Amino acid sequence: MPHRLLRFAFSKEHKEPAFFEQPACLKPSYDAVIIGGGGHGLAAAYYLAKDHGMTNIAVLEKGYLGGGNTGRNTTIVRSNYLTPEGVKFYDASVKLFQDLSEDLDINLFYSERGHFTLAHTESAMRTMRWRAEVNKHVGVESCVVGHEEITKACPQLDISCSGKAPIIGALYHAPGSIVRHDAVAWGYARGAKNLGVDIFQSTEVNGIDVKANKVVGVQTSRGYIATNQVLSAVAGFTPRICKMVDLPTPIIIQPLQACVTEPMKPWLDHILVSGSLHVYVSQSSRGELVMGAALDPYEMHSTRSSLEFVEGLSSHILDMFPFLSNVKIVRQWAGMADMTPDFAPIMGKTPIEGFYLDAGWGTWGFKATPISGKSMAATIANDRAPDLIHSFRLSRFEEFELTGEKGAASVGH
Amino acid sequence: MKLLDCPINGTRPISEFVFGGEFRTMPDPGQCSDKAWADYVYNRNGAPGVKMEWWLHSPSGTWFIAERNTLTDEVLRSFLPGKEVAE
Repeated sequence: MPHRLLRFAFSKEHKEPAFFEQPACLKPSYDAVIIGGGGHGLAAAYYLAKDHGMTNIAVLEKGYLGGGNTGRNTTIVRSNYLTPEGVKFYDASVKLFQDLSEDLDINLFYSERGHFTLAHTESAMRTMRWRAEVNKHVGVESCVVGHEEITKACPQLDISCSGKAPIIGALYHAPGSIVRHDAVAWGYARGAKNLGVDIFQSTEVNGIDVKANKVVGVQTSRGYIATNQVLSAVAGFTPRICKMVDLPTPIIIQPLQACVTEPMKPWLDHILVSGSLHVYVSQSSRGELVMGAALDPYEMHSTRSSLEFVEGLSSHILDMFPFLSNVKIVRQWAGMADMTPDFAPIMGKTPIEGFYLDAGWGTWGFKATPISGKSMAATIANDRAPDLIHSFRLSRFEEFELTGEKGAASVGH
Repeated sequence: MKLLDCPINGTRPISEFVFGGEFRTMPDPGQCSDKAWADYVYNRNGAPGVKMEWWLHSPSGTWFIAERNTLTDEVLRSFLPGKEVAE
């Protein structure tokens, strides 16, 4: 290394600012404690400080920031859902995402690609028409297209899928995008920290103290915090946190796996999803194909990878793109998806005063990061959930008022 | 877990089995409250641990119960319903 460069590196004059400095120790009390330093928790902290002026907040993360499902998804952002409540909610998220790079002053590589949900059967086409009409009604850009338009947009695709499952048409959603997921977590973390929020990594929550049905404090691996408001935003760890306060939920955990190929020249402009082939694929800004499939078929609290997953996924990818047969898969991983019976999240207040839940994000949570943060911040600040998330309340199950979004899940789980 | 013991057909690859969820006792729908019924229909014991689960050996249509640790994915034992083996 040249001497001048080395001298620069050791000079105190040009200090590299740390992205998020960690305070030396916990304060004895905070106005609110957020468990989970993923996108959702950090976004909630950011909007609590920015929109509601609450800055005496601690975010506690057991591992590292964005190391859970925020860093394990396939980075797709879309709002082409099935229920009007869902479409409105995810559309608000897409709109926040569109200005987020500027808001957080970090390049999120937000890239509008256009999103095709391929239909191989008449019954799938029926669901696409249904979704398109609901989307248009709420003002979201979605339409049904025939296979000619798909071929025009993506000439590389074998429209017959090796003759096994010919594509009839698709739901096309122009605002569908991909975005660099860990930068979303970092951007929110830095934004929250700059507004005065304390963020602690490698800090595990061991218990939540509830007295007379009210949250009074949190026990952590760094010590005790007195607080009256706790938000759980921990995805696959939700049942463990809820067990600490004896709160039953319908959530069960199933692993969801994904993988990337080696980088190649840009050739795939759009995001393609096939429910019948259990595949979703897009090309990242680095040139890798980012691919995912259906959930692992049984409950498990683990992020192990399996050969069955890559084997199955690769075979379906080759049905769509036979020319990829020599391309190598370089990484695969898994996240723990917190699944709900109706494929919609669980957000808002709980029967325990001061305990708020942002959970049940299953396989659809990353795209909701900005709007869930904003909605949970409003819920904590006002102790009342905004109307936008009313259909996602925990009590919908005992009221038998589910929000059925299974038809809008990327692939048939 | 790559293999699972079916009480009828012996050890078979996991791809032959279908997960049926945790073994739970159904409350009497005629007697219990709406809240208790909703709790049975929707709520689950989602935290990790050793659980009794329904599994189906799909080729032979055999439903049985397996005791499995959902954290380590280890199966401790499997048996036909009503024929619990004493350990």
